[in-house]
Amino acid sequence: MSPIDHTVPDAQDALPEAFQEIADDFHALGPKDRLQLLLEFSQSLPELPERYAEHPELLEPVPECQSPIFLVTEVEGSGREAIAHLFFSAPQEAPTTRGFASILAEALDGRTVGEVLDTPEGVTRGLGLAEVVSPLRLNGMAGMLARIKRQLVEKAGA
Amino acid sequence: MPIALDPSPALQEFAHPEKLVTTEWLAERIAAGEADGPELVVVESDEDVLLYETGHIPGAVKIDWHLDLNDQVTRDYVDGEAFAALMDRHGITRGTTVVLYGDKSNWWAAYALWVFELFGHEDVRLLDGGRAAWQAEGRELTTAEPTRAASSGYPVIERQDAPIRAFRDDVLGFLGGQLIDVRSPAEYTGERTHMADYPQEGTVRGGHIPTARSVPWARAAAEDGRFKPRAELEAIYLQELGYDAAQPTIAYCRIGERSSHTWFVLRYLLGFEDVRNYDGSWTEWGNGVRLPVAVGTEPGEAPAR
Repeated sequence: MSPIDHTVPDAQDALPEAFQEIADDFHALGPKDRLQLLLEFSQSLPELPERYAEHPELLEPVPECQSPIFLVTEVEGSGREAIAHLFFSAPQEAPTTRGFASILAEALDGRTVGEVLDTPEGVTRGLGLAEVVSPLRLNGMAGMLARIKRQLVEKAGA
Repeated sequence: MPIALDPSPALQEFAHPEKLVTTEWLAERIAAGEADGPELVVVESDEDVLLYETGHIPGAVKIDWHLDLNDQVTRDYVDGEAFAALMDRHGITRGTTVVLYGDKSNWWAAYALWVFELFGHEDVRLLDGGRAAWQAEGRELTTAEPTRAASSGYPVIERQDAPIRAFRDDVLGFLGGQLIDVRSPAEYTGERTHMADYPQEGTVRGGHIPTARSVPWARAAAEDGRFKPRAELEAIYLQELGYDAAQPTIAYCRIGERSSHTWFVLRYLLGFEDVRNYDGSWTEWGNGVRLPVAVGTEPGEAPAR
């Protein structure tokens, strides 16, 4: 794990590995390019699998976000060792929200439930995005993470 | 010299047709190269801070309500120096004609327009229908960065809030006046304190400001995101509400963005003479200690004072 860049004012605690790599990528860029990278994340958000695309009622809304987004989790196994899978749905007209979802998917999908639950709440503030999208908008990503954790606790019995 | 007005017949029925342009007019100006210089600058202002990056009107620059127009510490707008720096950065001079457009039927574009007017920028217009209308007509969007050069010397103007901005105490003294709540019906009654699917900003009381009438902002917008024709707007604000365009009026919503849309309709499309936007709106009022609140579908009474 690479050391935290202390020149970055919003990175205070060590980030989990998966987030650290994404954070390094963002911090290596200037503000304009950070937005471009977030846009690339938004474009690579995986489509919902058919079993959810046809059943939107199975997804949970995230009202902390500015734009409508829905998410659902699945677990393979049980307890903290279970594998977590994340699925998101957000419209193309909401690229910021899609970008947030895509970052969470890349960092957390396929990890163990324990790893996801241990992800600190403040992780979304360490990505260098506050200055380019505003802290208010970042609340949306924190809201998604909180809902993911709650669902995983329920589903994995962790 | 401000750039020539859009002569489209559809706009002429409004009280101030000079405040609107059509997509056709804008496309022609851009094709003619008239939006390349300092005479005309097209500005996109959206709710989603990344939408501009997905593709924007050729040559348009981006101004974000949250990052560019709000002070980052105090709940207020930027000051004259920050506004001047923003204008210089985007090549906007004091004489530039600014055409604003955005997502969500121009909510944020109307909000940005209102902030431009706090600084007395003379010629600011809205693109009728905003981003959605431009896109629906298959007009060009590009991800190419605008090549517009920065300018210098935008004057540092002291913001003039009083004519178009209402504060809490102004509203408290205005109960019983022409006060419009433009939020959704469920926010008005107090059933919920924020829009469906929107963030909860931590408002501790639900309801509306006593005596405010409920006219959700979207009633002024047509299906395609453009403003409704004048007769339909008059039917709502003049006939249904019985409001008088000569009397002072205040609009509010949750943080002041949806009410900017209604402010624009009343001020420029219907020609109300004195309209203020209460940008503190419900996120201030619903948290204010001992401020009167009415719940339910009725406007309620102004408390005795």
